[in-house]
Amino acid sequence: MADQQFEPKIVGFLCRWCSYTGADLAGTSRMEYPANMVGIKVMCSGRVDPTFVVKALKEGADGVLIAGCHPGDCHYSEGNYKAMRRHPMLLNLLDQFGVDPKRIRQEWISASEGELFAEVVSEFTDQIRQLGPLDWNKRIEADCETV
Amino acid sequence: MAKPKVAFYWCASCGGCEETIVDLAEDILKVVDAVDIALWPVALDTKRKDVEAWVPGEVAVAFINGAIRLSEQLEWVELLREKCSLVIAFGSCAHMGGVPGLANATNRDEIFANKYHRSATTENAGGVVPQTETAVEGYDLTLPTFWRDVKPLDQVIDVDYYLPGCPPPFDLVAAAVGAILEGKLPEKGAVLAPEKALCESCERNDTKPDEMTITEFKRTATSTPDPEKCFLADGYLCMGPATRDGCGLRCINGNMPCRGCFGPPPDTLDPGLKLLSAIASRGEADSEEDAKVLADSLVDPLGTYYRFGLPASMLKRSADTERA
Amino acid sequence: MIKLTINGTTVEVEQGVTVLDAAREAGIDIPTMCDHESLQPYGSCRLCVVEVALRGKTKIQASCCLPAVDGMEVRTHSERIVRIRRILIELLLARCPESPVIRNLAHEINVADCRFDRVRGEKSPCHECRICNMLDSTPYHEQHDSPSTFTDKSGCILCGMCVRICNDVMKIGALAFEGRGAKRHVTTPLREPSDLCIGCGACSAICPTGAIEHRRIRMQDPQTIADDFEYGLTERKPVNITFPQAVPRVPVIDKETCVYFKTGGCRICEDNCQVNAIDHEQTDQIVEADVGAIIVATGFKLFDSNLIGRYGYGRYDNVLSAMEFERITHASGPTSGKVLCKDGSSPNGVAILHCIGSRDENHHEHCSRVCCMYSLKFAHLVKEKTEAEVYNLYIDMRAFGKGYEEFYKRVLGEGVHFIRGKAAEVTDVSEKPEEDGKLIVVAEDTLLGVTRRLPVDMVILSGALTPAEDAAEVGKVFSLGCSQGGFFLERHPKLAPVDSMSDGIFLAGACQGPKDIPDSVAQGAAAAAGALSLIDKGKVVIEPITAEIIEERCAGCQLCVPNCPYAAIEYDPEKNISAVIEELCKGCGTCVAGCPSGAAHQKNFEDQQIFSEIEGILTGAQS
Repeated sequence: MADQQFEPKIVGFLCRWCSYTGADLAGTSRMEYPANMVGIKVMCSGRVDPTFVVKALKEGADGVLIAGCHPGDCHYSEGNYKAMRRHPMLLNLLDQFGVDPKRIRQEWISASEGELFAEVVSEFTDQIRQLGPLDWNKRIEADCETV
Repeated sequence: MAKPKVAFYWCASCGGCEETIVDLAEDILKVVDAVDIALWPVALDTKRKDVEAWVPGEVAVAFINGAIRLSEQLEWVELLREKCSLVIAFGSCAHMGGVPGLANATNRDEIFANKYHRSATTENAGGVVPQTETAVEGYDLTLPTFWRDVKPLDQVIDVDYYLPGCPPPFDLVAAAVGAILEGKLPEKGAVLAPEKALCESCERNDTKPDEMTITEFKRTATSTPDPEKCFLADGYLCMGPATRDGCGLRCINGNMPCRGCFGPPPDTLDPGLKLLSAIASRGEADSEEDAKVLADSLVDPLGTYYRFGLPASMLKRSADTERA
Repeated sequence: MIKLTINGTTVEVEQGVTVLDAAREAGIDIPTMCDHESLQPYGSCRLCVVEVALRGKTKIQASCCLPAVDGMEVRTHSERIVRIRRILIELLLARCPESPVIRNLAHEINVADCRFDRVRGEKSPCHECRICNMLDSTPYHEQHDSPSTFTDKSGCILCGMCVRICNDVMKIGALAFEGRGAKRHVTTPLREPSDLCIGCGACSAICPTGAIEHRRIRMQDPQTIADDFEYGLTERKPVNITFPQAVPRVPVIDKETCVYFKTGGCRICEDNCQVNAIDHEQTDQIVEADVGAIIVATGFKLFDSNLIGRYGYGRYDNVLSAMEFERITHASGPTSGKVLCKDGSSPNGVAILHCIGSRDENHHEHCSRVCCMYSLKFAHLVKEKTEAEVYNLYIDMRAFGKGYEEFYKRVLGEGVHFIRGKAAEVTDVSEKPEEDGKLIVVAEDTLLGVTRRLPVDMVILSGALTPAEDAAEVGKVFSLGCSQGGFFLERHPKLAPVDSMSDGIFLAGACQGPKDIPDSVAQGAAAAAGALSLIDKGKVVIEPITAEIIEERCAGCQLCVPNCPYAAIEYDPEKNISAVIEELCKGCGTCVAGCPSGAAHQKNFEDQQIFSEIEGILTGAQS
């Protein structure tokens, strides 16, 4: 369902020590990437509760990016491993709800990987553009009047 | 002084909540001693026009069980809301949608197709399906609208209190009735059950190892849980940590893991997502491949997490379109 | 007080003191053979006889059994006494002509020869002696021409010291006299190997003539106690000073081997201690202290070379571990610093094998850092102390530190042979006459491209540094994770090498990873500085965004507790709730995201705050 006018809205959860800093580096290095993703800083990718992802989808996000430190390098030792284990379980559940798992992406981006950050955001934005808008609330609108 | 009047009504339900009252056996006489049952379709022949004639406030409490999916159910619950001082959502279906709520994972066309066309025990050469209006031998007949979505009671009317459970255990019901009669109810909107999760009373909680890891998800369909061990520690998904206490551990004592019929504790926004997060964090997987293998070993996560509460979940229902 | 005269000198002693002890107090030496300070006097050897005059009567009596009486006149070396002693010595010589003790006494008393025939008794038929039958060894049969069951070159003089010490002092009772007259001898119950004997060795230690053969008392030879400090190269007693540089430098009693703890007997050490410093009743004390900082410096364990059988450790006498060789070269070690093979000879060839257990897929992948340098040190020492040829078999030469490369160059110049190739095996099977009686180290010399056989007399295995035996348990106590290799995990390998993940717990030394002395000292100082800075500040700065668990909501499911890498969550089984130790929480929020009942929340970083951010970002989005 590609829509020429459609600009994806992507919410990102970026861990403060690695990926948020990597995003900062992309910025200070004047790297260009689409403005469709707005990042929310969390201390660790392990702080990302699946309810955040679902909340974002319900509020109108077309895609969610969760970025953390590379496995083994987490500033808090193992928080990203927890995130890593939650991710496929969330995708499997969302799949049953009819949400394309490609809309939720997990990436490992370190503080020095500004270029990677820019690449990921560009690629992800394109991908969501291809998938089209999620429009969750519209999709599930009931077929009758209710109170 | 006249005894207070109560009403019982059922919507999309199995009748189990009625059973709970009927199971009182001779104690039902005590109930009848204390209150006047003004409406109880399973036992009494009160007509709709009788209810329409009630003065608002005449009936103190309406215990409504079952979820809402037919227009007739909506009409009735709106009527009872108008006439009764208090409305209590009775049982998982009224509280969260219950098992009927799983219909939110599909749509009406699929349900009707399964029921009236594909079912192996149905002979329906004519392809007859229920209609809202039809004429039979010159008479106009109507059936309620069958909506695509199942809703819990509070998504259609204002609900004062909830009695959770499938069905609610009678001691909770008795306590609720006692509180009503004594005028000692908590804040409006409260669930009339303890506020901690099930692990609080579960004897198996002590058997959790210090470092619990989950290596795979086992199914009670294909293996039997250890009768002494915490289900999660044994590899069976138990909703207990994200489910309210108060049921008396009926399922646990039957060596089955908790299925979440009491719904989440007050601070758990979505029991499925929160339990997913909790157990995934304990998963034994140190690579993305291993994490996927672990995740894939859980069959039907939607049905497992939301067996009783799909309509009350954050997403409410699955997307009824091509892959979203 | 008793007053008596000994050899004309007046001596005053307490009531109950024997004449022998009185003489000793007066500085007069009376020879004895069956007397010992820890044993009750027995009077069997009779060497201590003296002339005693009392109330006009003169008698010859054994001074060891004679309590001093007021007015006694004692002569210890009168003509008569000396003559009696000489006859006694001759009789003893006749019985045990080769005993050094008796020969010494004979020499002192000017007895040159013995006029008596060697004592012969009835031949004890071998089939009567169950011990002989059991042992089935010819030498014993040959000696059965003496009435004593315990016969060897030195012979038993029936002094009874072994019996007395076993029964009265050690409280074991495995020995006793049997028979009368010429047939009297010392034996075990029923003349069978005794189950009572615990192999303490007291009997042979006290026997004046060395007549005890342990195998006649108990089937097993006495087990010597290996000295752990010397890596089993020498033995020690149950009481010993662990090593000369020990602090405090006092002996310790080993409860496992001290006889008192087995039988309630002995305590000879207490008899010897003149300052009453020995207390067998001491018990372990558990001391509890509240501290704010802990430094974990629990060290390492040397690789057990028994795990690699092909180097012959444990099979060949002269294959040594690095620590064993360290002790051999030490001036206070078992050989006083001389490099000697087990048989006491000086080696002509010494091979030092690097990387034993290190850089090895089958054992430890890591490089142990210090072994190349200590192997060079060993090479240098061997060159210094012996004329031996020295071979170092290495994979790479890791001389990373200050002055290390220069030392390597120096050792190269000392004529040490460096062979690049890890040794394949050590064998004693010779293929050429030059290899007979040698240990042959077989290795591929990768620089020359040939396999070499090096015949040497001693092989030193430079073993890996591995985590201490109890590292896992210690790690659990202090919530220390382990990195690859099993050493304790530091907070950051470059930026925080002495901090552990938990605030206030520091790591120092080899427990954190193999390292040499300068590095260990530096780390120790850094850890001390870290601890001191905590103590000095008096305050701890903590995160403002710590997690908190609401008691009224927590059901004690414990799913959050193992999630925390800082061990900042504690479960209280009494209350069935978990609680966050705020001072340890680093604010990552993982436990909050993983709490199924919503009881855990993060202060100043609440879910609701994040939801507001999400709503803000998506304001105006199609929804």
